[in-house]
Amino acid sequence: MSDVLLDVRDLRTQFVTSSAVVRAVDGVSWDVRQGETVALVGESGCGKSVSALSVMRLVARPAGRIVGGRIVFKGRDLLELSEEAMREVRGKDIGMIFQEPMTSLNPVLTVGRQLTEPVEIHLGMTPAQSRARAVELLTLVGVSDPERRLRQYPHQFSGGMRQRMMIAMALACNPSLILADEPTTALDVTIQAQILELMKGLSRRLGVAMLMITHNLGVVARYADRVNVMYAGRIIERATAREIYANPRHPYTLGLLRSVPRLDEPRRSRLDPIPGQPPDLSRLPAGCAFAPRCPYVIDRCRTEAPALEPVGVDHVASCWVAKDLDKTAVHG
Amino acid sequence: MSATDVVLEVRDLVKHFDVGGGFLGGERALVKAVDGVSFSIRRGETLGLVGESGCGKTTTGRCILQLEEPTSGRIIFEGRDLTTLSPAELRAARRRMQVIFQDPYSSLNPRMTVGQIIAEPLYVHGIVPDRRAREARMKQLLGHSGLLPAMAARYPHELSGGQRQRVGIARALAMEPSLIICDEPVSALDVSIQAQIINLLEELQAEFGLTYLFVAHDLSVVRHISDRVAVMYLGKIAEITDRKSLYEDPQHPYTKALLSAVPIPDPAVEAGRERVVLGGEVPSPLNPPAGCVFHPRCPIAIEQCRLGVPELREIRSEHRVACIRAGGGLP
Repeated sequence: MSDVLLDVRDLRTQFVTSSAVVRAVDGVSWDVRQGETVALVGESGCGKSVSALSVMRLVARPAGRIVGGRIVFKGRDLLELSEEAMREVRGKDIGMIFQEPMTSLNPVLTVGRQLTEPVEIHLGMTPAQSRARAVELLTLVGVSDPERRLRQYPHQFSGGMRQRMMIAMALACNPSLILADEPTTALDVTIQAQILELMKGLSRRLGVAMLMITHNLGVVARYADRVNVMYAGRIIERATAREIYANPRHPYTLGLLRSVPRLDEPRRSRLDPIPGQPPDLSRLPAGCAFAPRCPYVIDRCRTEAPALEPVGVDHVASCWVAKDLDKTAVHG
Repeated sequence: MSATDVVLEVRDLVKHFDVGGGFLGGERALVKAVDGVSFSIRRGETLGLVGESGCGKTTTGRCILQLEEPTSGRIIFEGRDLTTLSPAELRAARRRMQVIFQDPYSSLNPRMTVGQIIAEPLYVHGIVPDRRAREARMKQLLGHSGLLPAMAARYPHELSGGQRQRVGIARALAMEPSLIICDEPVSALDVSIQAQIINLLEELQAEFGLTYLFVAHDLSVVRHISDRVAVMYLGKIAEITDRKSLYEDPQHPYTKALLSAVPIPDPAVEAGRERVVLGGEVPSPLNPPAGCVFHPRCPIAIEQCRLGVPELREIRSEHRVACIRAGGGLP
């Protein structure tokens, strides 16, 4: 597996509050190969964003702590790097794109300065070189009139333009991996389509691998090569995008896919929601965390947590009944 | 349709916001948030109002609720023009018209229990003056919204997003409204919870004969819940028709682009899908384009689109489109 770029093994990240320990990421393993787009999908609180923050070692201390596991990026365990070495990785080898660009851009620096600073620091460019690079980057992400735009401030950019700028910043130092946390969630539908097409195109053209974190199953379907579904701090299913949508094996994945209305299907008279509420991570049930909401639950689920087991080619799921799921499936 | 069938009629609604100017000799600036919008909703029906941020859909809802004073136009609710009522008359009329907000957390008082939140309007409006009866009614409303009676003692911060939205729904139901304006009621909720709330809204509609104005940006959800749909762009209605026509035979190029931008959760379908990716962005409502407001982004715009504002014309029965090229218009 020489083409594995990022290999996360048994990652565990916890948050300690006055009353409880929240196991936000609880023994999670996934990888990203060179040039591919991998998705982490799940609902709020499932641990998908904390997974990405852990990779960047940006989990807020002192409450948050990575308590176990390895994060091997290009052969080095990031958890063993010094803070200085880690700064080299952040922004240079691994770029990041966040959901709300306005809160992650500096409002008092010009767009130009925010693009030239990283390349001067990480790549040692001269001001003239970095200026040329900034123009090149804005052009790359489809911002017209880049010379004028470089003199502007983030508040003078629209939401879509800001997200283009975030992408330009993430690409500035030619990273081999970009972590994109809900990159289009704050954007309108037509702008979302523009940004996703742009990201996919750039990732192909520049050979950048991407970890896309999202709750939107539609976004993942079009843009991911492989999909990891998370629930309550664990990965509960992983497969290629085509496989997971065609042949979901975990009842949670199946439930998510069934609960959303789809424009390409006849309108149903009723939606099929997943019953109940997502679990409280500080008070997880024994056994499978999804058991209280699962329509296929058996006694064993309530006492013993299932491990990720192969259920097909390049397809794993953690469910005691996954292999029989299609036989018992309720078509609704 | 007979006049008695119509619960709400909005006629030529205009809402312009004055955004200063004048100071230091600058030009006065107007944001034309809603610029001549007309539609009606029949009893028991759901009208979906869709569009991207800044299109005026939320402002339209707020004008109907009289939370914003319209610049001009009429809002006729159950036969009475709300814009002409005295404050006391308006207060009475507004009881029959409730709202469910996007973010149930910021719309619930954090220092009140769920029970107090639901019972308060019953007391304030004198609907159920007796304390015991009010308690019983509050429990009944909790039940209608799918919450257990024990929830009455909880505070909003102790609830999940879905539970909070159920409290918002129970509070709206307390007034026994005929019309509920749902402003993005599920967009802040997790996917697995959205379907629960949508089903609940549909059950309540059937049980109490409610009429909904469903304001949202998610076209898949709007198709599911709406009988008719209006698409807004830059303060104007681009297209309005029944659900089937809008989704199966959209006529306005903006509607077509919106529909094609919605991702389908199935890679096999997505791979074979043609996508109209609109260039550019929604122009500022401070300075909307002349002529058709959509023409700078429109893939089929012609010279005439720049010159005149297209009227919302009926191209078929109950199907109106603001595009000169739609439905046998100009080639």
